[in-house]
Amino acid sequence: MDKDCSMYIEHVESGKRKVTLSLTVNDRLVVRDVDPQMTLLHFLRDELKLFGTKEACGEGECGACTVIMNGKAVTSCIILAIEAEGAQITTVEGLAKDGKLSILQEEFVSQDALQCGFCTPGFLMSTRALLDSNADPSDEEIIETLSGNLCRCTGYIPILNAVKRTIERERKELGR
Amino acid sequence: MEEKKYRSKYKHVGQPYDRKDAQEKVTGQAIYAYDLEFPGMLHARCLLSPYARARIVSIDTSAAKALPGVRAVLTGEDSDILVGLYMQDKRVLSKGETRYHGDVVAAVAAEDEETAEHAVSLIKVEYEPLVPVHDVDEALEGKTLVHEDINDLKHYVGVFFPQKDSNIASWNKSKKGDLETAFSESDLVVENEFSLPAVAHVPMETHVAIVQADPYSNKLKIWTSAQSPFAIRQIMADSFGISETDVEVHIPYVGGGFGGKAGIHLEPLATLLSKAAGGAPVKVRATREQEFNQLPTRAGMRGRIKTSVNNDGTITGMQATYDWDSGAYADYGVNVGKTAVYSGIGPYRVENASIDSKTIYTNKVFSTAYRGFGHLETHWTIERQIDILSQKLGIDPYEFRMKNLLEPGDKTMSGEVLTVSSGSPKDCLTAVVKEIGWTGRKSEEEREKEWKTGKVRGKGFAMLQKAPAMPANTATSVIMQMNGDGHVKMMIGAVDFGQGAITALAQIAAQELDIPIEHIEISAEIDTRANPYDWNTVASKLIFLGGNAVIKASREMLRKMKDVAGQALRTDPENLLHANGEIYHRHDPTRRLTYKDVALGYMYPNGTGIGGPLIASGSSMADGLTNLHPETGQGNPAAVWTFGAHAVEIEVDVETGNVTVLKVASAFDIGQVINEKLVYGQICGGVLQGLGSAVLEGYKFNSDVQLLNPSFTDNKIPTMKDIPLEIVPIYIENPQHNGPYGARGVGEHPMISVPSAIGNAVYDALGINFHVLPLSPEALVLGIQSGKKSILCTDVDCLPGLH
Repeated sequence: MDKDCSMYIEHVESGKRKVTLSLTVNDRLVVRDVDPQMTLLHFLRDELKLFGTKEACGEGECGACTVIMNGKAVTSCIILAIEAEGAQITTVEGLAKDGKLSILQEEFVSQDALQCGFCTPGFLMSTRALLDSNADPSDEEIIETLSGNLCRCTGYIPILNAVKRTIERERKELGR
Repeated sequence: MEEKKYRSKYKHVGQPYDRKDAQEKVTGQAIYAYDLEFPGMLHARCLLSPYARARIVSIDTSAAKALPGVRAVLTGEDSDILVGLYMQDKRVLSKGETRYHGDVVAAVAAEDEETAEHAVSLIKVEYEPLVPVHDVDEALEGKTLVHEDINDLKHYVGVFFPQKDSNIASWNKSKKGDLETAFSESDLVVENEFSLPAVAHVPMETHVAIVQADPYSNKLKIWTSAQSPFAIRQIMADSFGISETDVEVHIPYVGGGFGGKAGIHLEPLATLLSKAAGGAPVKVRATREQEFNQLPTRAGMRGRIKTSVNNDGTITGMQATYDWDSGAYADYGVNVGKTAVYSGIGPYRVENASIDSKTIYTNKVFSTAYRGFGHLETHWTIERQIDILSQKLGIDPYEFRMKNLLEPGDKTMSGEVLTVSSGSPKDCLTAVVKEIGWTGRKSEEEREKEWKTGKVRGKGFAMLQKAPAMPANTATSVIMQMNGDGHVKMMIGAVDFGQGAITALAQIAAQELDIPIEHIEISAEIDTRANPYDWNTVASKLIFLGGNAVIKASREMLRKMKDVAGQALRTDPENLLHANGEIYHRHDPTRRLTYKDVALGYMYPNGTGIGGPLIASGSSMADGLTNLHPETGQGNPAAVWTFGAHAVEIEVDVETGNVTVLKVASAFDIGQVINEKLVYGQICGGVLQGLGSAVLEGYKFNSDVQLLNPSFTDNKIPTMKDIPLEIVPIYIENPQHNGPYGARGVGEHPMISVPSAIGNAVYDALGINFHVLPLSPEALVLGIQSGKKSILCTDVDCLPGLH
């Protein structure tokens, strides 16, 4: 991050160092005092109680904890919360708008692109970040991007089908 | 795919409905054991043995205990409780000796994970490293016993056979006919050895258990990411000497299982920690590394097989020896070993045969059930052997199999007679062979020509069979109640960990009751206080047993509804029919009621009520199964066989050894599709998992038997880059006479025999027979460079020609 540390307000609370962090999560501004060593994943789960984002390896290897930060997919288990100072974050909870599933979510349902569902939030966020930066990726680009997310249930083919159908529908219905 | 859509003859059964749990899973609402928090909940961390086998000389926990925030520190000195599914051989915490690199030596419960981890780092243990038992050969020599007390271990008598003063947790046997004569009188006898390493399940949610031990009673409250709530209840009761009713098991959504969560794992440790911490709820969650090196895996296996054939292609005899490297504990491993004695010759008609299957203790990570329950391993042996036999006989491998595949009237290994409703192995094979356009093996000339291009294509196929490996008295049950709105609440005791159980069973209920599937209320969450009994969610048995229980419950519900409706409509209930959520008179359809009208009892205009809330239940039990004879292995172990076949076309890059899978055709005789979308999901997922076992995955141990690859960096599973270019699912529907709508299970089957089909295709491409998995790029390159035509080992050390 191209920020210098002096921008964080640091103080001590119950003997622990804390910094004040403000960022936007799913279009909502949040301000919290956090341990500077806290990961973004723990911030989302423990501080904001957004349990949709999952940890499956804790080492940035499996993509289950993927969220979108300033338009890019990041593995939140290896990012510090304070690196997200001032950032725009979207988690799986932010995909559906106005009480309606997004096209991407609808296609994951209709193509059966999930089984146990534990990796699903990560796949949704990786896909969303890809399609937001490239509305018409090739199969190779989709596969390259999503090969960073592990799934042990589906065999990926239904996921690939869901992503391809999403691209088609977003073009038709949203004019992307 | 679009043009080949499956069409069902039923209104609900067979329809490609969306899974019921999908919406919660795409919105982040689905809650797993990993997500659960409770007031006052403590977090646990474990100290694992750094040695495969060592004597614990001393443990100093004083610094850990003194750390603020620590609430409990336990070692093996604190509890002697033993757990185990079939053999009570596993201590919750090691005492005296550790048995694998991953055995729990000490555990801490603290106010947060960081404190628990810090406390673990303060525990000082002095070990005296001991020479471990490295492999099955050393184990069979028996110089060192992994379990010195093997003669005294409590076990399931008559089903499992631990051998005195040995490392054999169970030696199961089967035999029939006269093998000696078959071997001496046949035209050709071929003997081969095949092996494959241990492979991890890799559920995306690692094992998690939270236990709250009531300090004022025997009551245990358990929340866990497990497949089998009622098995946990029973084993916890057995191990802790309490009543099953004292154990309350809650299962929220489960992030994948594949057999790895079928037994009991972290629950006993969480229980001991909760007790030590005064009854606070304690959460134990495996890290990804612990998922690889502490939690159990699929056993490594070595199969030796000797087969006699006549020149006309008739198989006359088969002798198989399966040695399972079960690691430190027996867990489900002994049952995997047992299953091999009735399924371990494949779906073939062999009159003279014998199988010896030994589940063997070593000092490796211990083994448990894994999707396929030993069948991927045994079929790796059988289906490669069949292919090699056909090479030697000079007979087309399709013709050779067709000549010997089971047909109605034939007997299985254990003597069960197949009928026309048992499904057809031949239909499966014929379908996949046709789909990949098999025209016979490649000639040497064709191979050489292709070799010059750097890429060689090959085709191969393999059979598979599996029946649920379950006790003869396996049972499941269903409770239904009609809600006030005429919808039906249905409760089962089996867990939907992604395989689609709740959706498929709801479809059967919708079909029986003739109401929309949205009107079936069913939850994936299980609470043993409310949900009815199910044995275990394993073995691909739920569609068969659970589906039948749903049918029984539905029919009881209809009968009770019609009894009330008959009174209300002033007619004999026998005159009533039902459709679309309504009950009507068969001769005068204007006399009708909706389900809603009778759901909570029918009310007359004057307010008088009759009937009362409608409730129904259904139980289903395996019918006519028996234990196997301890010496001959004869008996009825299989409630329902599902046969299948895979055919593949691959391309091998002869420079890099990389295998590209161009096409997989997979056919299963499942009797009746219950949900096309879910079956397709099982096939895609199973095939890719099988492909992982075929070309990628496997545990690697060093000479101290420490696991070298307990991470995603070093223990790769397939990613989206590894998908075959095409998967063609083929559903064969020869109905099972006693299956629900004729259906059979198919959850595990798509994984079985994928490695065998790939191995056979590698032979077609390269003319080299590989006897060991995985067929990784380095294995293929080493094999090619060795110049040998049979590769029994792909370690560099085994191929001295390369040095």
